[in-house]
Amino acid sequence: MTTKTSDQNRNGVAGFGAFVSSHVVGKGLLRDAWIRLQRDKIALLCIGIVALYAAVALMVQMGWLATPWDEVVSGAYQPPSFASYKTILGTDIFGRSVFFKVLQGTRIAMSVGLVSSLISIPIGVCLGAIGGYFGGWVDDLVVWVYTTVSSIPNIMLLIAIAFLLGKGLPAIYVALGATSWVSLARIMRGEFIKHKSRDYVVAAESIGASHRSRIFRHILPNVSHFIIINLSIQFMTAIKAEVILSFLGLGVQGQPSWGVMIDDAKLELSRGVWWQLAGATVAMFFVVLAFNILGDSLRDALDPKIK
Amino acid sequence: MLAYVVRKVLSAVPTLFGVALIVFILFNTVGGDPTYQMLGRHATAKQVAELRHEYGFDQPQYIQFITYLKQIVTFDYGRSYATKQKISDMILDGIGPSLSLMIPAFLVTTLLSLGLALLVAYFRGRWIDRTIVIVCVFGMSLSMLAYILFGQYFFAYKMGWFPISGYEPMWPERIQYLILPGLIFVAVSLGYDVRFYRTAILDETNQDYVRTARAKGLSEGRVYFKHVLKNSMIPILTNIVIEIPLLILGAFLLESFFGIPGLGSMTIDAVHNSDFPVIKAMTTLDAMLFIFGNLLTDILYTLVDPRVTFE
Repeated sequence: MTTKTSDQNRNGVAGFGAFVSSHVVGKGLLRDAWIRLQRDKIALLCIGIVALYAAVALMVQMGWLATPWDEVVSGAYQPPSFASYKTILGTDIFGRSVFFKVLQGTRIAMSVGLVSSLISIPIGVCLGAIGGYFGGWVDDLVVWVYTTVSSIPNIMLLIAIAFLLGKGLPAIYVALGATSWVSLARIMRGEFIKHKSRDYVVAAESIGASHRSRIFRHILPNVSHFIIINLSIQFMTAIKAEVILSFLGLGVQGQPSWGVMIDDAKLELSRGVWWQLAGATVAMFFVVLAFNILGDSLRDALDPKIK
Repeated sequence: MLAYVVRKVLSAVPTLFGVALIVFILFNTVGGDPTYQMLGRHATAKQVAELRHEYGFDQPQYIQFITYLKQIVTFDYGRSYATKQKISDMILDGIGPSLSLMIPAFLVTTLLSLGLALLVAYFRGRWIDRTIVIVCVFGMSLSMLAYILFGQYFFAYKMGWFPISGYEPMWPERIQYLILPGLIFVAVSLGYDVRFYRTAILDETNQDYVRTARAKGLSEGRVYFKHVLKNSMIPILTNIVIEIPLLILGAFLLESFFGIPGLGSMTIDAVHNSDFPVIKAMTTLDAMLFIFGNLLTDILYTLVDPRVTFE
């Protein structure tokens, strides 16, 4: 495969492990991609990290882990100690376990990523598909809508929506869902424009496939890998945005989230209390890093151009 | 050239209208009537009616929309709920501190990341390239808040190299308060920028003209600085506009942490005080800034790439 070196260099993650794709041909896009991804050890590690975070989030959600988080486990501001697993990250101002709060924060972060994706992906896919497929004034309208939404800097739109819907988790879900569909819509539109005149779509039309069937049964499966690539970036953006919004006081109320913990930490640092900041930052760092690298690896593995 | 500029300016009008419509729907329709929130729960009906009249909430929606469009054109956004000051004056006061923080920070970021990107592109695939790319990905994954809290704690509080927070309107006293927040901004944005520019530059180094330039015996320095850099200008310019929202977010967090009385601190105060008109005005202005930035780059494209005009 002659283009391998240049592709790796271009995507900038050569240092994170290479994939060899010379023997992968013709088993379907997703299976090819999976085979390629399995050879990328760093990507597998990232999938493992994401799965671990998801498992923790799920267990916290079910009440199997880190519950009750608001129990007083020791004195206020106790530094980390190995006396008990509850105090390995120390305690906060009320003597609550920072470790439990970090785990609870994982639940919030993952749920924000998941729910905002569930909102934004259907919007992005449908608008992009309709605009690209039908063209004409429908396309003009779709382009106008997403140009307009993307012209309002994301953070201002997030602040405005979260502020107007009232503070709390639902407002964050909606704000992130409503702002983050644009990039997917843009990609989908471009792909649908490319695919709509290809032979397989023309063939589908000639045997009487309806518009809906051509869009969702014929074209969509062929461009669905962009949704997966986008999902990774979406999760990362959502987690970062939740932290900022919670920090601005527009986010989660009465529950521990990484943003709330970092907000608390700004007054604690000068007293030498670093563990709450460290816990939330490190927890956030690894999951964002994993999504960052995974996004690149998924693009390498799924993008048929560099097959 | 002129026809192109006019066409681009005209194409921004529907976007501006769309932004106005979205902001209006958010604040005046979804947000509804903030008078109860402002007066507290013990307000009498008379007080509410007076305040509603004062801010025009008793008008029909389309009149309110026209009023808002007038506000955009005349740059008169009324008065703040919290401070009762004119919002246009508050914005004019805030621009100076914000720009004196963000412009130098942004320039340093762009020049430094372009320099690093050229360096790693030159050494592509070697250990220096790999190391810098890995550091960049790690740096991108750390929250901006972590940079700020750590930077402020370590360099200002522990080491005492910079003031912890504060501001002085006079030059050159102002500078000492801006260095640390500026450096933190550079550190936050470097990771993403270096990677982006590296990709843009590497896309160019695989082109035929680079081989030709080398074949005719140009030095690597000339190849990179004269040919590659010039041809990468379009993605570089595009990235500069994409960074505007990051500049705004940076201004929010950095200004509020370091006590710089700019537009970012003003917006954060407005969020804390539920100051609707200020948030609305800032949302509108930031969107206009973004649209204007896009317009400017569209026009600059024609300067760096004359072919653009013929599209």
